[in-house]
Amino acid sequence: MEEKPNYSYISQLSGGDKDFEEQLLDVVRLELPQEIENYKNHLETDNFMRAGDDVHKIKHKISILGLEKSYQVAIDHEDNLREGVVNDDLYQRFEEILNAMTTFIQKA
Amino acid sequence: MQCIIVDDEAAARTILRKLASNNENLEVQAEFSNAIQAIKHLNQNEVELIFLDIHMPDFNGFDFIQTIKNPPKIILSTSDRNFAIEAFEYDCIVDYLVKPIVQDRFDKAIKKALNFSPSEISETTSTEKVEANPKDSGNDLYVNIDRRLIKIDIPTIYLIEARGDYILIKTSGKNYTVHSTMKKIEDKLPDSLFLKIHRSFIINVDKIIDIEDNSVLIEKDVIPVSRSNRPELMKRLNLL
Repeated sequence: MEEKPNYSYISQLSGGDKDFEEQLLDVVRLELPQEIENYKNHLETDNFMRAGDDVHKIKHKISILGLEKSYQVAIDHEDNLREGVVNDDLYQRFEEILNAMTTFIQKA
Repeated sequence: MQCIIVDDEAAARTILRKLASNNENLEVQAEFSNAIQAIKHLNQNEVELIFLDIHMPDFNGFDFIQTIKNPPKIILSTSDRNFAIEAFEYDCIVDYLVKPIVQDRFDKAIKKALNFSPSEISETTSTEKVEANPKDSGNDLYVNIDRRLIKIDIPTIYLIEARGDYILIKTSGKNYTVHSTMKKIEDKLPDSLFLKIHRSFIINVDKIIDIEDNSVLIEKDVIPVSRSNRPELMKRLNLL
């Protein structure tokens, strides 16, 4: 991955309000693992439309964590899934993004 | 302006609340993770502005707009730019915010909302007209699930719900998810018993428990009624 999760958007949004930053990160910590689990379950059961919905939600988390280039990967992956296609390259790159985000929120 | 937030994603609601708290013109009355709860709130409260997510499972933002009577001003929020054109078909939509939303862009949308005077609200989305074809093919419907043809007793069906490429058929005993379209099943069901009350819902009129403004209680499900389908529903009732 060329880029790493960061606080740029969260800091810009909070204007220095640390309580809000923590509150938002708590929500992401709670929601993201569930969204990833849903995505994986839907992929396993070949429910690509639902997997596309999951990627759509995760996409917002990607932007919250400042991953601008990864956002496009998610868009392409979502579009493919909605057409019933799993592109290996996009799948792998999306996995890397998920791993990077998971590691980041655990340490944040 | 009194506003509400409707978004199935908690992170999005948290962000919108923060953005709204930084804008002196707004007071957030409530937030909702699904459209049905929001409709109930709108039936009982005066709301001037709704922040509405388009992409919600099963019942999206446009379904929501079609369901509410006299929609207030609406600002759409979405991660998807592709809906922009559809958004401008609704007179109540003030602006269209693409996530991640930043304060400057948010404030600009609020300024637009303050100066926005909705014209006569017209809904330009077409609604399918139900043909009055007799469908006397008996009481059974066969559906293909995992290469098995399963028989469903039609009068036991109380609800059919659109789920993307699938439909969910609910009966008093069991639910079935079938790869089909609302149009196809609508053509198979008797008009005397079934009625489409919303783009995403067909109900068995005999199974209605009660009707409140723009929603119907059927078994344990509360189902929205779109404005365009409400007159037909009212016609079907034996009103005292």
